[in-house]
Amino acid sequence: MKLEDLKKIREKMEKETNLREGKGRIKAVVGMGTCGIAAGAREVLSALLDEISKRNITDIIITQSGCRGLCDREPIVDIYEEGKEMITYGNLTPEKARRIVAEHFVNGNIVKDLLVSSK
Amino acid sequence: MAKIYNLLLCAGASCISSGGYSFRDKLVEELKKHNIENMVNIVETGCVGICELGPVVIVYPDGVFYKKLKPEDAKDIVEEHLLKGRVVGRLLYKEKDSEKIVQQASQIPFFQKQLKIVLRNCGIINPESLEEYIGKDGYSALAKVLTEMKPEDVIKEIKDSGLRGRGGAGFPTGLKWELVRNSKGGEKYVICNADEGDPGAFMDRSVLEGDPFSVIEAMTIAGYAVGAKQGYIYVRAEYPLAIKRLRSAIKKAYEENLLGKNIFGQNFDFDLEIRVGAGAFVCGEETALMHSVEGQRGTPSPKPPFPADRGLFGKPTLINNVETYANVCQIILKGSKWFSSIGTEKSKGTKVFALAGAINNTGLVEVPMGTTLKEMVYEIGGGLPNDKKFKAAQIGGPSGGCIPEEYIDTPLDYESVKKLGTIIGSGGLIVMSEDTCMVDLAKYFLEFTQDESCGKCPSCRIGTKKMLEILNRISKGRAKVEELDLLIHLGEQISKTALCGLGQTAPNPVLSTLKYFKDEYLEHINEKKCRAGVCFKKKK
Repeated sequence: MKLEDLKKIREKMEKETNLREGKGRIKAVVGMGTCGIAAGAREVLSALLDEISKRNITDIIITQSGCRGLCDREPIVDIYEEGKEMITYGNLTPEKARRIVAEHFVNGNIVKDLLVSSK
Repeated sequence: MAKIYNLLLCAGASCISSGGYSFRDKLVEELKKHNIENMVNIVETGCVGICELGPVVIVYPDGVFYKKLKPEDAKDIVEEHLLKGRVVGRLLYKEKDSEKIVQQASQIPFFQKQLKIVLRNCGIINPESLEEYIGKDGYSALAKVLTEMKPEDVIKEIKDSGLRGRGGAGFPTGLKWELVRNSKGGEKYVICNADEGDPGAFMDRSVLEGDPFSVIEAMTIAGYAVGAKQGYIYVRAEYPLAIKRLRSAIKKAYEENLLGKNIFGQNFDFDLEIRVGAGAFVCGEETALMHSVEGQRGTPSPKPPFPADRGLFGKPTLINNVETYANVCQIILKGSKWFSSIGTEKSKGTKVFALAGAINNTGLVEVPMGTTLKEMVYEIGGGLPNDKKFKAAQIGGPSGGCIPEEYIDTPLDYESVKKLGTIIGSGGLIVMSEDTCMVDLAKYFLEFTQDESCGKCPSCRIGTKKMLEILNRISKGRAKVEELDLLIHLGEQISKTALCGLGQTAPNPVLSTLKYFKDEYLEHINEKKCRAGVCFKKKK
């Protein structure tokens, strides 16, 4: 192993272990209540995971929670970003989830037409 | 595929023996059944520390802490938490007094008071993954040392940090390194003493099981600093898991050229081998250990010459304990100033203690030097089971002594503890309630050292035997009061004349219980009474 290799491995693994400890740039929480699952939350979750894997994004946490109470807007994803207010996307589909990854996670723009609220 | 959950599954010896692997197998089966294996990453880590609650799992990213897991709990965790994001309430930790349910590991008092330097990676990374170790700044210290520091700089840094030996005696580590460096004699050796033998002590085992690379990296740094090309880790055979993980770590380090020739492309070679001990307590004594590495009988020899002058194969040898080495990389990376800001004036850094005995949270704890015994027992340890009264704590195993209740506010550091007639030792801390008889305790430890005495010097071989005979008579109510003076006299003589540390410290448990609990000894002799109800039991 050379010094450069050490640096490379460290940078790659640092991100992975940080995610493991719940430290990420953005945390996306998919509502996984019965209502959410029935509305297709699991497919949305898979799409999110697949898209960030394809794009090799390593600083975003995708996780899930129970019912958020907004059952008619399911599937729902809450986005937590440090220093910013939590926002909620609703009525998602796998395609819309992929748009969130591209437009919000990568480019940093909120996908306005998918918003439920900004609080 | 990106993972949603990282399940940190404690694979320390304690969690494994309480069924950790049966839980893991069931978990994997459930994940397959629901077809979500690719969303969950299971990481088998070293000891998390809170062995009492094992097997334990921490589910990240939320840090949810599940305890006392049985195979049948795997179904709920998968179907509720991993599939639907709902925490399984019945498997969470409950605070003893308030019955308050705690969800996250970081909120449990046992973890809150701790400061982890030595155990920083234990319970966080997979101990067999070199990549994960590197992700936690692993091998950055060695890279820094080999490319930016002269051996003298390394020694100065360790000296300035104030690090002292964690194996028992507390000798300044940097000074030891300097002595070996300055010693003339051609070839030199570096040894890691992992022959942890005190009953109830498992600090070193947990480091080796949970973070073996940290010891390997530190030994390599030590080799560079003192001018040695060969290292040995002496581990007792009773630690099969530690040996397995060490072997795997050493193999990986060789594959990546982090051991062997021209490490990091620099002009520095270092080889490392494991030597497995055969389970003799005396081999934790450094001269006996070195004889054993040489293939000789494991008995001590007089000092001087000290190992720094004439050690292994008659060559200058650096010998440090596992926990001491585990501090080294952090000192190099964060600096001696940072390290010396932790702890007390003369005892720097942290100390790992193995909490055992009459205490609610048995397990492994790392705290800054100077944490009081009271904090240890009541805040971290969660008090005594069934609200029993605290009587004393035995510190330093069979080489140490006890601290009675009146001194419970004593800070745990080398000097304060020594004033009370005991030693920090390797860090075994056994809590005793009113149900423990102090005569019986002294007898237990003396039986142990007597049994483990190598028999080379008469004061240890015959002296401890005689002391044990008197103790046996006391516990049967057949001794005379005058024999207490003889016991003290014998103990003091053995301390002064025994050949090695084992013999010199063997009388400590007797002398210290006699100092603080003489009334109990007198009760046994005069009234044939044992207030704890341990001795004088009628034979069935």
